[in-house]
Amino acid sequence: MGLEEYKGVYIFAQQVDNKLSNIAFELLGKARDLAKDLDTDVTAVLIGCDVKGLADELAAYGADKVIVVDDPQLKEYRTEPYAHALSSVINKYKPEIMLVGATAIGRDLGPRVSARVATGLTADCTKLDIGDFPLTPVPGKEQKHNQLLMTRPAFGGNTIATIACPNHRPQMATVRPGVMQAIAKIPGAKAVVEEYNPGFEPNNNYVEIMDVVKSVVDTVDIMDAKILVSGGRGVGSPENFKILEDLAKAIGGEVSCSRAVVDAGWKPKDLQVGQTGKTVRPNVYFAIGISGAIQHVAGMEESDVIIAINKDDTAPIFEVADYGIVGDLNKIVPELTKQIIAAKEAKI
Amino acid sequence: MKIVVCVKQVPDTKGGVKFNPDGTLDRGAMLAIMNPDDKAGLEAALRLKDQYGAEVTVVTMGLPKADEVLREALAMGADKGILVTDRVLGGADTWATSTTLAGAIRNLEYDLIITGRQAIDGDTAQVGPQISEHLNIPVISYAQDIKIDGDYVIVQRQFEDRYHVLKAKMPCLITALSELNEPRYMTPGGIFDAYDAEVTVWGRADLKDVDDSNLGLKGSPTQIAKASDKVRKGAGEVVNLDPQESVAYIMGKLTEKHII
Repeated sequence: MGLEEYKGVYIFAQQVDNKLSNIAFELLGKARDLAKDLDTDVTAVLIGCDVKGLADELAAYGADKVIVVDDPQLKEYRTEPYAHALSSVINKYKPEIMLVGATAIGRDLGPRVSARVATGLTADCTKLDIGDFPLTPVPGKEQKHNQLLMTRPAFGGNTIATIACPNHRPQMATVRPGVMQAIAKIPGAKAVVEEYNPGFEPNNNYVEIMDVVKSVVDTVDIMDAKILVSGGRGVGSPENFKILEDLAKAIGGEVSCSRAVVDAGWKPKDLQVGQTGKTVRPNVYFAIGISGAIQHVAGMEESDVIIAINKDDTAPIFEVADYGIVGDLNKIVPELTKQIIAAKEAKI
Repeated sequence: MKIVVCVKQVPDTKGGVKFNPDGTLDRGAMLAIMNPDDKAGLEAALRLKDQYGAEVTVVTMGLPKADEVLREALAMGADKGILVTDRVLGGADTWATSTTLAGAIRNLEYDLIITGRQAIDGDTAQVGPQISEHLNIPVISYAQDIKIDGDYVIVQRQFEDRYHVLKAKMPCLITALSELNEPRYMTPGGIFDAYDAEVTVWGRADLKDVDDSNLGLKGSPTQIAKASDKVRKGAGEVVNLDPQESVAYIMGKLTEKHII
């Protein structure tokens, strides 16, 4: 395999119901940085049915080129036709780097595709750089330049590993949503659009979709919130989340929660912050009645300001909080809400 | 029906993480457990066995010590245990792990293969889908409900904002979420029997249709450049005041940071 034949930074532009997912823009933002270091361009791979119209939006967020695989078999996400589409694009266009979002789709598609094109895949990356591998010269071992260095947490966030894929192409990574930054939208930007259809012949690997059941919870995505008021088991009951909701409303934020709260059935899974939930980095994160297990911290420690309220002064959340308040949340939170409302009214 | 369940023995990162004096993870001091998602996968297989009748074979790859999770699986109700262990398989990434497990599973008859979605040490979620690709069978990841309908399996597949009800012809591979069920406990009789049960041990030579170049550290496309402990930003201020003063303190910080 001639590794030098592989060129360009590619991203999988995830769309659901013909709407691009935020992760597509985040990947484009990172891909621009990598392409600059490698002096190459950025290609988005857009897979779906009647999706060509989304190409301009990808251009506006930094795609130089968009490869569109459009077929009725690709209407809803299914592993096999999508894996066939993406691996066919990889085999035909030979990208040097292939980035996929670490979403419920990408974490299924990525491994299936990497196994099909026989390359490595690094999961859930939180940092991507171009550099040398090995990082420093090792006697008797060739040091390769311009490698994709993929950094990710492991052991529930206790360790950080940087991984390379020096002898296989493309270098593939799934990237954790909410970590990379999209560029500011460039209105009117155009990309070169190329259509490609490798042909889709259903076989046993094409599973049948019998039903699509959308979650009825009418909430905004906590990953987009600037202020999060997050509750843990210490809140005590699902009813008592009312005081957190009041605080969120007063300060203009959203309510999120820890895994314990989801496990107890108090709140739906899409509000869960942490290693097995969502990674958030709001301007302000209130951790209320959250002990701060490492899996939770892994999902919120990049928040700009962390304010923790907990009655247990040994709670590990105080080790990451900028401001820790030891006390009774039932007394502090309602009073805080009252004073915030008063302060906001005083300003008007 | 024949069901193969893949399980992994992992350090229990939830039950208190222990560090060596030099700051590295002290794996010896941490409890080794059956990976939670894998245990949910095993429970799902045992429920299918209870409901439809099935033979459940549990496969693990690891050090000889990983024999422990097989005995736990047998004590829960699995029928057979296979330990895949060999020095040449060590240091495998997800690619080499999946080629190894696929090589072992090729020796077995199966209608369903169930793996956990992901293991709590690596959190990659890659090995299940990669095994399915090597075996050229359909994969359904993130299963939250599993039913059998004749030659077909019907699965609720979870996404962030929805789920799909998928129907696949068996053989099929499913990756299980720990939300799928509450795994049963081992029975006293089961523990007793499992202690004496015969666990099959396979090495490199027992893997079918696998090239040496795809195994172990040497067969791993991904390589570790660096591993280090997570550097955390460290604690800020912690105050212990009465409720009124606490609120005044927070209001002061929110104002100082121009949040309100």
